[in-house]
Amino acid sequence: MILALALAMCRLSGSILLAWPARAYVFVWRGTPLLVQLFLIYYGLGQFPAVRHSLLWPFLREPYWCAVLALALNTAAYGSEIIRGGLLSVGSGQIEAARACGMSRLLTFRRIVLPLAVRQALPAYGNEFISMVKATSLASIITLMEITGVAAKLISETYRVTEVFVVAGALYLLLNVVLTRILAAIELWLNPTIVRPIDSPVTEEALA
Amino acid sequence: MDRPDLIDLISFGPDGWGYFLLSGTAVTVLIAVSGYAIGAAIGVIGAWAKVSGGRTARIVAEVYTTTLRGIPDLLVIYLIYFGGSALISAVARLMGAQGFVGVPGFLAGALAVGITSGAQQTEVLRGGFLAVSKGELEAATAYGMPGMLKLRRIIVPLTLRHSLPGLGNVWQVVLKESALVSVTGAVELMRQTQIAAGSTRLPFDFYLIAAMIYLLISCASGLVFGRSEARLSRGTRRA
Repeated sequence: MILALALAMCRLSGSILLAWPARAYVFVWRGTPLLVQLFLIYYGLGQFPAVRHSLLWPFLREPYWCAVLALALNTAAYGSEIIRGGLLSVGSGQIEAARACGMSRLLTFRRIVLPLAVRQALPAYGNEFISMVKATSLASIITLMEITGVAAKLISETYRVTEVFVVAGALYLLLNVVLTRILAAIELWLNPTIVRPIDSPVTEEALA
Repeated sequence: MDRPDLIDLISFGPDGWGYFLLSGTAVTVLIAVSGYAIGAAIGVIGAWAKVSGGRTARIVAEVYTTTLRGIPDLLVIYLIYFGGSALISAVARLMGAQGFVGVPGFLAGALAVGITSGAQQTEVLRGGFLAVSKGELEAATAYGMPGMLKLRRIIVPLTLRHSLPGLGNVWQVVLKESALVSVTGAVELMRQTQIAAGSTRLPFDFYLIAAMIYLLISCASGLVFGRSEARLSRGTRRA
């Protein structure tokens, strides 16, 4: 997510030197299947003796860290596009107003642009979170025993396809439902202006 | 240095894997296209059910899209593959055959991709239809167009115009999803790459090549979608 923010800012910095690598990164990571990326990291990196002898090898040997790395790099590409959209949606008038108030560029970004962009981008980022949850199922292919991995093992041991499948599916659904609830709560919290007019009978009485 | 370089690996010679990769690519495209077509059929029915179906049809469609969009694709592929195999084995046992009969990986894969992408296409098409303004439909009725003509001349082109960008997204997702079908043993690009990587012990090179091929396909199809989008949007004004 931090990488995503950095990438989005590179894209928008206006500098060709920063924007092009970021654009290429996003293009490549969004254009290839996550499974290929996962295999490239898990199986592919071990091909080089330099990697195998480096300090990072204890991490890159573990399927868990490979999965985390692949998911992080992948979601950074998608996330940077979402954040870019959010940053672009901030009205130029609001930025000009901040500048007119004498805010420095950094202060404008911190106080005005970023909060507004986050508010805009949150629903789309929620989608990204949910697809992340679903993408974790791929980790089972590189021998990590998470829900899908356990489910596939149980299916091949017991041949009880339907029961295992229903339980695994229900677990994912539950995870995603909880996630959407949390995101909806954050969204309400970030948009106090939207909530207030709806459930405030006091002001209505005051107006009448 | 005995390490063959990249060009040798993908060449069509006796030591090259070019032919295998090419056939794998063909199967990948085939799985993606047939999965997408199945999904389109489901999507049309689903969108119709959601927009103008009765109570039961609406509930069924709602449950379908919520479930299929909420669980991972890999799980669906496993279900179709193992579940289908169990079903066929049971049927085979009734007819006197013994043992385990598997569903062909290709069929299971295309079906699974179709069912998951069907849920997404349902939502995209529903959104596209809802974006058609009511006045245009009323105008068609006012001209005395019968239902089928209205569907063919007004609803379909306009819905397609609104939903084509979304359908393009679904296609890209389907293409990448087809890589998951390799777990069923269908010999598509991913599976071929695994085989090649295993027997040459050069996994990095081969997965990189596979990534390039996927990138190439998604680029090419992106161009096609861009062009048809332009064609379907003739006569619209861009602000």
